[in-house]
Amino acid sequence: MLNSKDILETITMIQDEHLDVRTITMGISLLDCCHSDINIMCDKVYDKITRYAKDLVSTGEQIEKEFGIPIINKRISITPAAMILASCENRDAVKLAKTLEKAAFACGVNFLGGFSALVQKGFGPGDRELIEAIPEALAETDHICSSVNIGSTKTGINMDAVALMGKAVRRSAELTADRDCIGPAKLVVFCNAPEDNPFMAGAFHGAGEPDSVINVGVSGPGVVRAALAKAGDCDLTAVADLIKKTAFKITRMGQLVANEASRRLNVPFGIVDLSLAPTPAVGDSVAHILEEMGLECCGCHGTTAALALLNDAVKKGGVMASSHVGGLSGAFIPVTEDAGMIDAARCGALSITKLEAMTAVCSVGLDMINIPGDTPAEVISAIIADEAAIGMVNSKTTAVRVIPAIGKKVGDELSFGGLLGSGPVMPVSTYSPLKFISRGGRIPAPMQSLKN
Amino acid sequence: MKAVITVIGKDMVGILAKVSTECSDHNINVLEVTQSILQDMFAMIMLVDISKSDIPFTEFADSLSKMGSEMNLSIHAMHEDIFNAMHTI
Repeated sequence: MLNSKDILETITMIQDEHLDVRTITMGISLLDCCHSDINIMCDKVYDKITRYAKDLVSTGEQIEKEFGIPIINKRISITPAAMILASCENRDAVKLAKTLEKAAFACGVNFLGGFSALVQKGFGPGDRELIEAIPEALAETDHICSSVNIGSTKTGINMDAVALMGKAVRRSAELTADRDCIGPAKLVVFCNAPEDNPFMAGAFHGAGEPDSVINVGVSGPGVVRAALAKAGDCDLTAVADLIKKTAFKITRMGQLVANEASRRLNVPFGIVDLSLAPTPAVGDSVAHILEEMGLECCGCHGTTAALALLNDAVKKGGVMASSHVGGLSGAFIPVTEDAGMIDAARCGALSITKLEAMTAVCSVGLDMINIPGDTPAEVISAIIADEAAIGMVNSKTTAVRVIPAIGKKVGDELSFGGLLGSGPVMPVSTYSPLKFISRGGRIPAPMQSLKN
Repeated sequence: MKAVITVIGKDMVGILAKVSTECSDHNINVLEVTQSILQDMFAMIMLVDISKSDIPFTEFADSLSKMGSEMNLSIHAMHEDIFNAMHTI
């Protein structure tokens, strides 16, 4: 029989330590929905999404009950919308966004990602139209997430797109100022965007992906923290070992759920994303793991090193537990979605500059950070450029999801509710990068040798 | 298909009887039982065969969970694969 200690450990992980599968995300290719008439294309898009994903939510709920594992989100990712928009004569991107919203609502999913454009080297047909429509599309929909890839290690950074995205983020906040500026919380600007990421807001279904696919994102910061708390005063080698073992167990559960969902929906399994994704719930925080390792408060000196250890150990433990790993895979550090990060930001221990350093060693980037409402678009563009440069040079994914808190200043709070959480407005540098951003052009791709 | 039922809570008379009655009512065969009492906390683990069960497993899990909350116990019925996946290579 199964070891009773193991059984009780699993139950404790789920009941007390917030172990869950964060998301089952169905990727759907919309390349075969292209049509020169936007109305016909929208009908085809709606039909295909609702046909492919009609059983996604019910199947997820069934697996949840049978296995006793909470599956928090069921989501859809689609082909970057700019790619299909390119086929239309009238490229009305907002109309497409509303169609996607209708399809997401019909399927009952939490979010639909892929209102996206890939412009790391330049703008193709449909890309500019889509980017310009992002603020309105996000203001008029609730379930649609948008992302734009503006750079990569192989292509460099498209600074014209960076300039546009600074404006799009700001405009998006302005249009949703009456709803705590929720718009930019659904908008990510990427460098080296992964094509199989199941997590929002950055999920999209890349051009190299099959017709449809099931990707699963696991979670479990609470489990890692509890394991460290039980271990007591061990050295960092033992800490890393313990994180690896815990990540292995978490990921095995994710793989099981992925296999089941794939089999029941008759859709191929894509990847498991080995991420530690926090929620605002107490006991589900990545910052608290770092503090459990021995930091007084997340954001103090030592945070980057602790996060590097955590991020690497999560991957090492998870890789063996899954047949295919992909997506973002690492520790997330979204400020407003993490109880420990929120506290650290409130007390001033955590700054944007420290967060930027942390993004060089962890999974994503400057994520869910509220910035003052009077921050000009070029400063947002410069934040994006800095973050993209870290990703480009280090051959990793980085991203920016900042929320300009319109009408608010440092110390005020924004509250988005649900998994998006809440948090204080954090200060940014007020010196101007205007001339640098207005130059436009491209930052050339970096050397991949002579690494120093 | 096999499932694992876990009962955790304060020890009292008749826990085993009630859970096994619920199983037999639905033609679910109990394969193994282990139980331990640590201080006042009671932990029972049952391995059951649900292949001949007369109701869907999710309904059975719900009814056990409801029974648990009435007795102030935490009762879970979960597919055994979840434990195999997490704890064996």
